Amino acid sequence: MNSVTVNGLWCKKCGICVEYCPAKVFTAEKDGTPVPAYQEKCTGCGICVLRCPDFALDVGVDVDDGKR
Amino acid sequence: MSSIKYDDYLLKDKLPLFWCGGCGNGNVLGSILRAFANLKFKRQKTVVVTGIGCWGKADDYINTNTFHGTHGRALAFATGIKLANPDLNVIALMGDGDGATIGGNHLIHAARRNVDITAVLVNNFNYGMTGGQYSGTTPEHSFTSTSRYGHIEEGFDLCKLAAAAGAPFVARGTVYGITQLDKLVEQALCKKGFSFVEVITPCPTHFGRLNGLKTASLMLNWIKENSVTKNQAEKMSDGEIRGKFVTGVFVDVDKEDYSTRYKKLQQRAAEAVEGGCDK
Repeated sequence: MNSVTVNGLWCKKCGICVEYCPAKVFTAEKDGTPVPAYQEKCTGCGICVLRCPDFALDVGVDVDDGKR
Repeated sequence: MSSIKYDDYLLKDKLPLFWCGGCGNGNVLGSILRAFANLKFKRQKTVVVTGIGCWGKADDYINTNTFHGTHGRALAFATGIKLANPDLNVIALMGDGDGATIGGNHLIHAARRNVDITAVLVNNFNYGMTGGQYSGTTPEHSFTSTSRYGHIEEGFDLCKLAAAAGAPFVARGTVYGITQLDKLVEQALCKKGFSFVEVITPCPTHFGRLNGLKTASLMLNWIKENSVTKNQAEKMSDGEIRGKFVTGVFVDVDKEDYSTRYKKLQQRAAEAVEGGCDK
């Protein structure tokens, strides 16, 4: 499974990852903090990494995924 | 993501970024750093020159040589740096207030001289750092802190300005079209001569708040809805194209750059001195 991590110190809760993730991996807390709640849906496209204005997201793509 | 390697060029200990939540400057910074990594730019041979303003803070996060100049003069300093050492890769970062309004004259003359500089101008339609006053690119009828009843001036089309001034590479991208922007920045960095990239970027804090676009996603969607490609624009009438952001490469021609011409001039002058000046 791909792993999505949010750097809470760098994130400014702008909501771009929540809005633009094509697989809808993120949910937002009341204050806007993004939570990668549905990591199993992540396709590893990396668009959130490109779209995040604060370098706060990282996607670890599981290269073995699908082989097992 | 193995293709994204900006780590060598990003000063991570300076993060979080200074800019507001939803500001597109971080995306443009990412594009530039990815282009540096893809083109394997040597940190020691690269100089990033900035002026004043929100985007002028970008040099704080870049792990190359950097020069933080005065308001509107980034291109003037960049020209000096390039002429003193033509082997350096010189990149000038300017905002619309910095590069198009206060330093507008430097922009047209750097383009005319064709100094081998890559200029990345981030256009957020207002002076963000000082409280959202209108700038030379603020669109007509839009609201800023100094145009509360709607702006009565028309904004500059900076790409047309740079093209008319003779720049051999002129392009416009948006923060919404981030993959296209990556390519445009890379093309601009590879180009010998003055290369100009305008980037349409969201400013939800000032411009967005007063124009009904106060969240980052509303502003990004506004940019998306108003962006048209160069090919689409060619089929549109003048009325339809008004207020749209035309994206793509507008000029890409080969021209001898200033440093090459200057080197030739030096040789001619040296020959004239050695041969004795008969005339």
